[in-house]
Amino acid sequence: MGQQILNAIFIGSIYALFAVGYTLVFGVLDILNLAHSAVFMLGAAVTYTLVVNHGQSFWVACVVGIVVSGLMGLVIEHVCLRPLRRRQAPPIAALISTIGLALIIVAAIEQGQTGSLFAWLWVDGPNSVAFPVNTIPNPTWYFDGLTLEASKVAIIPISIALMLLLGYVMRYTQVGRGLRAVAENPRAARLMGLDVDRMISLTLIISSALGGLAGILFGLALGDISPYIGRDNVEVRGLAVIVLGGMGSIPGAVIGGYLLGLIEVLALVLIGSNARGGVAFAALFLMLILRPQGLFGTRLRERI
Amino acid sequence: MDFFIQLFSDPVGFWNSHTLLIAQIGINSIIATSMFVVLYSGQLSLAAPGFMAIGAYTSVLMDLYWHTPLWLNITAGVLLAGVIGVLVGLPVLRLRGVFLAIATIGFIEALRLGVILNVPITGQGLGLKNVDADPLGGIYIVLAAAAVVIFVVWRLTKGRLGSAWSAIRQDEIAALSQGIHVARYKMIAFVLSAVVAGLAGALEAHLNFFVDPGDAQYGVTRAVQILTFAVLGGSGYVLGPVVGALIITLLPWIFQSVGMYINIISGIFLIAVIVFRPQGIVGRGGLAIVRPAWWPRARVRAASTG
Repeated sequence: MGQQILNAIFIGSIYALFAVGYTLVFGVLDILNLAHSAVFMLGAAVTYTLVVNHGQSFWVACVVGIVVSGLMGLVIEHVCLRPLRRRQAPPIAALISTIGLALIIVAAIEQGQTGSLFAWLWVDGPNSVAFPVNTIPNPTWYFDGLTLEASKVAIIPISIALMLLLGYVMRYTQVGRGLRAVAENPRAARLMGLDVDRMISLTLIISSALGGLAGILFGLALGDISPYIGRDNVEVRGLAVIVLGGMGSIPGAVIGGYLLGLIEVLALVLIGSNARGGVAFAALFLMLILRPQGLFGTRLRERI
Repeated sequence: MDFFIQLFSDPVGFWNSHTLLIAQIGINSIIATSMFVVLYSGQLSLAAPGFMAIGAYTSVLMDLYWHTPLWLNITAGVLLAGVIGVLVGLPVLRLRGVFLAIATIGFIEALRLGVILNVPITGQGLGLKNVDADPLGGIYIVLAAAAVVIFVVWRLTKGRLGSAWSAIRQDEIAALSQGIHVARYKMIAFVLSAVVAGLAGALEAHLNFFVDPGDAQYGVTRAVQILTFAVLGGSGYVLGPVVGALIITLLPWIFQSVGMYINIISGIFLIAVIVFRPQGIVGRGGLAIVRPAWWPRARVRAASTG
């Protein structure tokens, strides 16, 4: 049981890190960025390819993976979101364009085989792979019946530090004030002299870089990297997390991430492995019915 | 290209060699119409795959255990989908927009992962063998059902009900202030959509020898695909989602020549359509072409400077 709760905290940290980016974009733009789970996968895939196929050290690969994910955020903004904003399209249109981009990213990785167009990006096709054992030093401690692997334990301080940093930036810096102003009312923010397009680009870069990092940590800790890790593990769970915590709320996404990890592990232990997903979604459904603003949301902004 | 050449030069041969594809287009048109009903009344509900699962499992299980006739199975599936639609609609319809979408995603995944994969009678993760399926004869039922459903929904949108839905979609508060019973009309739309989705599910189960509880069948992937039908085709007219379903079902055949890069081309196509036709393919207006930031500004005429 102790080990299970520990696992809940590891996986909860990854959910939280993923969902923070998700909720940031929703908070600022009121748009669900469905390409976020593809960026999660891309971060892990790029890092893996650099380490295994191009012989880079893990740390270099990790930085490149995060940078590529951040740039992918810029692509999302310029290809999927900005053209629609300029045409005053309904918000639902952005769902479809981000789905289109997610389809492209996943397909590019999926088709990456030796001899294909994307061999430089990925060579394992749709298969699941894991980092080689000695990629990073991974001492393991045994303590009171618990197994503590450094690669998993490290996730907790990394994600908490990043989320605190993001919270600080959003609350106390000029950039954060700008982002909050755009979230509050884009038109008023523009009239106050803010470059709204630039703020939105920045939001997507931060969000996607965090998503990519979450993917790298996931691949490292769970030893599972494939074109489908985003779709299978975090796409819908990310929605559950941001709903549990309150849409658009960053502390809410953090608490929601750990809460979902805990709910899943409890369902696994108490009911059985089949019920794991079902219980998480039932919790999501009940939360929306009983308290649609989530644990930490204060108001509901309803669009579409 | 062969696909279209055959379609126009040899329609009978085309029909015979693409029966399953045509049946799938029929099924997808029915689900797209189900999606249309909720979108037309201003609700972003993604519950359709859940009701499809209810229709499919009900009709197949009745056939396997009680050997009842097909029409009775389908009717039972449709009715059960409608009843569950009322039960789910009651709490869920207080939500709007993305919140409604996520709540309905919670419903379909809780149904699929929580109920279908855990109740022994559904065959759990292994799926259900449907020995009495009839892929070749079923196609006529599917096409007839699609025509009837599309016609009925089209008539409904032209009547009182359709005007009420349209008013609610455009401005819920204004509709309320005009004396429209918003909650009742939203409920009617939600349940009608559930019934149509249940019909699609029961018919689809009749076409396949195997009921698969996978994500691509009754999960979020399917829900997103159905939403794509409706948004790509345009959700302002009944025919919009049907056209969307037609195009998306045919995409793999249209882009056959690119082989393994099919999904990449499909993604580019989706983005291009939604960027240049944000209102969908069917609908008023031309292409939404906006001057890019780097393009030189057109010279302003004197008359329009004021």
